Amino acid sequence: MNPVLKLLLEGGSLSTAQMAQVAGLSVSQVEQHLEQLKKDNIFLGWRPVLDLSHEAAAAALVRAVIEVKVTPERGGGFNRFAERIARFDEVESCYLMSGGYDLLVFVKGASLQKVALFVSERLSSIEGVLSTSTHFMLRCYKEQGFLLADNESNSSRLNVAP
Amino acid sequence: MSTDPKRWVAGHVAALPKSGIRDFFELVAKMKGQDVISLGVGEPDFVTPWHVREAAIFALERGKTYYTSNLGMIELRRAVSAYVEEHFKVSYRPEDQVLITVGVSEAIDLALRALCNPGDKVMFHQPCYVSYHPSVSLVHAEGIAVPTYAKDNFALTAEALRAAWQPGAKILMLNLPCNPTGGTCNLEQLTKIAEFCREKDLLVMSDEIYSELTFDGVHTSIASLPGMAERTIFLHGFSKAFAMTGWRIGYACGPSVLIDAMMKVHQYTMLCASIVAQEAALEALTRGWDSVLKMREQYHRRRDLIVRRFNEIGLKCHSPRGSFYAFPDIQSTGLTEKEFSFGLLEKEKVAVVPGAAFGENGVGHVRACFATSYEQIIEACDRTERFVQGLRR
Repeated sequence: MNPVLKLLLEGGSLSTAQMAQVAGLSVSQVEQHLEQLKKDNIFLGWRPVLDLSHEAAAAALVRAVIEVKVTPERGGGFNRFAERIARFDEVESCYLMSGGYDLLVFVKGASLQKVALFVSERLSSIEGVLSTSTHFMLRCYKEQGFLLADNESNSSRLNVAP
Repeated sequence: MSTDPKRWVAGHVAALPKSGIRDFFELVAKMKGQDVISLGVGEPDFVTPWHVREAAIFALERGKTYYTSNLGMIELRRAVSAYVEEHFKVSYRPEDQVLITVGVSEAIDLALRALCNPGDKVMFHQPCYVSYHPSVSLVHAEGIAVPTYAKDNFALTAEALRAAWQPGAKILMLNLPCNPTGGTCNLEQLTKIAEFCREKDLLVMSDEIYSELTFDGVHTSIASLPGMAERTIFLHGFSKAFAMTGWRIGYACGPSVLIDAMMKVHQYTMLCASIVAQEAALEALTRGWDSVLKMREQYHRRRDLIVRRFNEIGLKCHSPRGSFYAFPDIQSTGLTEKEFSFGLLEKEKVAVVPGAAFGENGVGHVRACFATSYEQIIEACDRTERFVQGLRR
């Protein structure tokens, strides 16, 4: 496997220079790998993981998950719906699901009102959408692999041990 | 009449040397709060996998707070037996050939107490774990250090063993891969050692605590070689591979007569290992292998990183086949290992352990534990480089 991709899969917390050292490559080789992964549409980009319960980070205060049922189209299946829904700025992620509904849509908005409007006016009014079920997120405990109430401490570990 | 309480301390305990790590530990402890990067630890930086911790919590919730069988819970002994058979190709009966102990450290103590008469000779390869020689002295036995060398990647050779052997030698202690050198033996070397043990009728105590952390080739236990299971006490535990140092849980497997002798000492001194730790260990053996593989992969790449950097800096460093220790030769700096370690700590705030703490054959080396994050390893190497360049100016 591409050594840089391997490091990215582990969480991507390393800088390019650090990745170079770990993988035993030069910085420019790492950059080339990143460039290639971008060209191949594997590596889409960086984004920060924020604890949105902090006011300072709360640009989007409200997040919701929406279960969407749609009628699949002849010829297009679910794809055209999904791609259409995914294009809205409010949508962070959109997945086709097995089970009781078809699409799972993660939405964020500046207020409850804004998210509600998005669902009622934009999402549910798309032709072919049969129903939506919106769940507002109340509190986050783990975000993209980061524990938010991480009270595990290494500080009492011995610094020198046999 | 003397009033010095020292007069009550047993002679053989008073004569034990202080651990070479102790002074250094105190020094590092004084620097708490400063930006010290410690490569001086002897444990994984990973916390015990959550599913293992969760199983222990569940055990407490179910009221598992009592003694277990002296030998340990039968479910755990069965799991140990199956694990050892699968990974080490040796079969032990859970009923009478497996003993659950408070870490490998207790198992070593039990074995030595159960097997040594005063004056018996116990051989061990050196550099080695700090407790080996003192444990031998504590049972009034005599330790014989067999040197291992950087030129052999610190593998024990049958030649060195033969050269160090003395009449009266009864036991050979092995620790492969080895703390602090990461040295281990390939099948050919191990076969020769086994032959020597059979020739001289040596009992082997094989501490395999780092065996899962073998990066190059496959780990072979000496117990799995022909004719060796009946003269080997296989010692293993959960501390390193499963990141469970603080749980203090390990085990010994061997011929039932020997396990029974060890159990006698264990029942009168320890009674049994903590039931919570036993429950956690059972979970680790049952569902923990994926975590072991994940951690091993991490250690592997950290090893490659730190070994490469040390060599680039000019500190000659062999690539340890196993464990999470690099053991670079620092003699090119013109410093002794003690001067190097103290200087590096004082000037650049990086803690490594002077090699002589692991016996006289560790002279000229330091032990650097790479069980820490990439970022910390890179920063520690940058600082070490600065320190070494400063010496050359």
